[in-house]
Amino acid sequence: MTSESSKLAFNDGWQYSPAPESTDHIVIDEQYGLFIDNEFVEPAEGQYFDTINPATEEFLASVALATDADVSRAVKAARKAKNGAWSKMKPADRGKYIYRIARILQERAREFSVIESLDGGKPIRESRDIDIPLSAAHFFYYAGWADKLDYAFPGRTSKPLGVVGQVIPWNFPLLMAAWKIAPALACGNTVVLKPAETTPLTAMKLAEVIRDAELPPGVVNFVTGAGDTGASIVNHPDVDKIAFTGSTEVGRIIQQSIAGTGKRYTLELGGKAANIIFADAAIDQAVEGIVNGIFFNQGHVCCAGSRLLVQESVADEVVSKLKDRMETLIVGDPLDKNTDIGAINSASQLQTIQSYLKIGEEEGAEMHQSSCVLPERGYWCRPTIFTGVSQSNRVVQEEIFGPVLAIQTFRTPEEGLEKANNTPYGLSGGVWTDKGSKIFQITKKVRAGVIWANTFNKFDPTSPFGGYKESGIGSEGGLHGLNAYVELVK
Amino acid sequence: MTMVGPHSRVPVAKTYKIYIDGKFPRTESGRYFPLKDVDDQVVANLCRSSRKDFRNAVVSARKAFPNWSSASAYLRGQILYRIAEMLEGRRDQFISELVLQGLSKRRARKEVEASIDRLIYFAGWSDKYQQVFSAVNPVNSSHFNFSVLEPTGVVSILAPTGSGLLGLISNIAPVIVGGNTSVILASESMPLCSVSFAEVLHASDVPAGVVNILTGFREELTEQFATHMDVNAIIFSDDDGGVAKTIESLAANNIKRVIPRNAIDWSSEKNQNPYLIRDTQETKTTWHPIGN
Repeated sequence: MTSESSKLAFNDGWQYSPAPESTDHIVIDEQYGLFIDNEFVEPAEGQYFDTINPATEEFLASVALATDADVSRAVKAARKAKNGAWSKMKPADRGKYIYRIARILQERAREFSVIESLDGGKPIRESRDIDIPLSAAHFFYYAGWADKLDYAFPGRTSKPLGVVGQVIPWNFPLLMAAWKIAPALACGNTVVLKPAETTPLTAMKLAEVIRDAELPPGVVNFVTGAGDTGASIVNHPDVDKIAFTGSTEVGRIIQQSIAGTGKRYTLELGGKAANIIFADAAIDQAVEGIVNGIFFNQGHVCCAGSRLLVQESVADEVVSKLKDRMETLIVGDPLDKNTDIGAINSASQLQTIQSYLKIGEEEGAEMHQSSCVLPERGYWCRPTIFTGVSQSNRVVQEEIFGPVLAIQTFRTPEEGLEKANNTPYGLSGGVWTDKGSKIFQITKKVRAGVIWANTFNKFDPTSPFGGYKESGIGSEGGLHGLNAYVELVK
Repeated sequence: MTMVGPHSRVPVAKTYKIYIDGKFPRTESGRYFPLKDVDDQVVANLCRSSRKDFRNAVVSARKAFPNWSSASAYLRGQILYRIAEMLEGRRDQFISELVLQGLSKRRARKEVEASIDRLIYFAGWSDKYQQVFSAVNPVNSSHFNFSVLEPTGVVSILAPTGSGLLGLISNIAPVIVGGNTSVILASESMPLCSVSFAEVLHASDVPAGVVNILTGFREELTEQFATHMDVNAIIFSDDDGGVAKTIESLAANNIKRVIPRNAIDWSSEKNQNPYLIRDTQETKTTWHPIGN
């Protein structure tokens, strides 16, 4: 069967009508302060920064820039709540507050979805079907743990760590906040969280939810800002634990800067996951998996399947089908329900991606992009693949964090594994084969924390997620995710 | 029934019916029994359910089992949480009913609140008990071997006599959160809340047949609860020394799992635990080869 005969010509002869999600029900304030003690307050130095819509470059809101004094104020509020109401409360009651957050998020889900897409550029289909419902589900799941921790740590008694400082990235703004806050609260900690500077808005909306759920003041505090604000949290002497999701580069700095302080830390860092396609895989499904693996959320995914390792005998077929499929992907308005790939999150991230495209070509790889038309304003990148790359190429070794896939081939399973494991990262991986025994053989040997077999980019509150090697320390999610927020005593 | 003066409104009394297959029929037998208050006044006439009612309920529970047992843990948790929400909204009604059946206002309030909290407690276990009780088994061969819990099937429950709401809920919740379906015989002396609780279930997205609730005489129905060939497990309370032996020997006809829950103070939080869920679960082990 040639590729031509199986090609789906979605774009020929007819067009998708626009299907924009309405925004008239959305309320975004002109300006947001810092959320401390259940109130929005002015930053000490009175500075604000703008957050924009990356699809239009239009202003959305201005957000407070937290400095050391603000972080101290937030930590003090969190400490007071930790020593007061939050600790004295029955664990089951703590759970009830977290359930309230889950329920209000479910009620306001559409509003959050639209704001997430406006602020971050991701397709509304993804924010509506994945980010927001999963965020609510995380709160729901961990709410239930609050009074059941004895069963998570048999034979030991757990106690909260105290005040937790959390710094999260811009790729899944609300979801990352949920991953961080829900288990921290369930275990009895209080939180100071910094959202990413390009995507603070759903955190500000989450602040409203926390206020409306009537959590005791100080239990959850949001300080907005960039790297300096994050550093201020990390280095604050009264913070007991740091939970960070972001780049390996920053993770390393955090690990160094808290060395010797006794602070606990969990780090969720970069990745360069290999999607390994065997000749006996269901090829069409695998192609869908490859597309989902690298083009989901514009490739702004730490566990993205950014490397494709395809068995040589099916390589031509897979690459040809992949190119066909890429042509059908709709790149454009994140608020259009038909959109597959939205806007790149920021100008600087677009620059990073473009620099890697240049590097890839300079290293001798062959670049192929879909021929889609990009909007005139905003930050966009066509879905891109590199073939003819070698293991030492930078586009194979380094995390690009964009819709860019590096394709290699292998002959034997051993060669595939050797290539899959040959990066400093170890966050995730994918295996595609119709043979069950091979799945377990390969997943056992891939040195990474999450392996998807015949699927990719699946997430669930009950399922732990975390990296090996330079992809991080510790797990989030599931029963194992509780470890990060307790001290085991007795 | 309360007498009313010329200027007050005549209240409309509620008909207490049974709950089978998501509907509220009267017993097919047409029989009733009166519930009286401390002053020997009739509070309500309740259905005196028959063996046929029980058999109908088992048919409904069996029919509901495939979908309920394969619903996601998240969905089952959401539904149990929803039951708690609905009960919270109707707490005054349940407090009044418990008071009618002899509880002090204070005790009634505590029982209703504990019932709501117990539902939340088990809602939370929906997607966690599996994580606590299942295992990956390190067998000494090249196999991926894992054991998970699966619901046993249809569970018949003789609810505790002395705790009309909390005892009822404490026995239903762990059974259904684990994916089983159920048929319950309510407390004979305190049956009112069971019927009202059926109305709560009915408004909480609980699929028809997952919970069926009968009122009636324990002495008359125990044998049927214990012997029915399409019931997989029986939970009973209030053993007076002889009941357990009778039930255990009757249950042997199809190797029912027999779960006694005697002398448990349901009002104590110490008596809520995930082992109550595990009681009506089977263990399934799967072997899968590892190799090229």
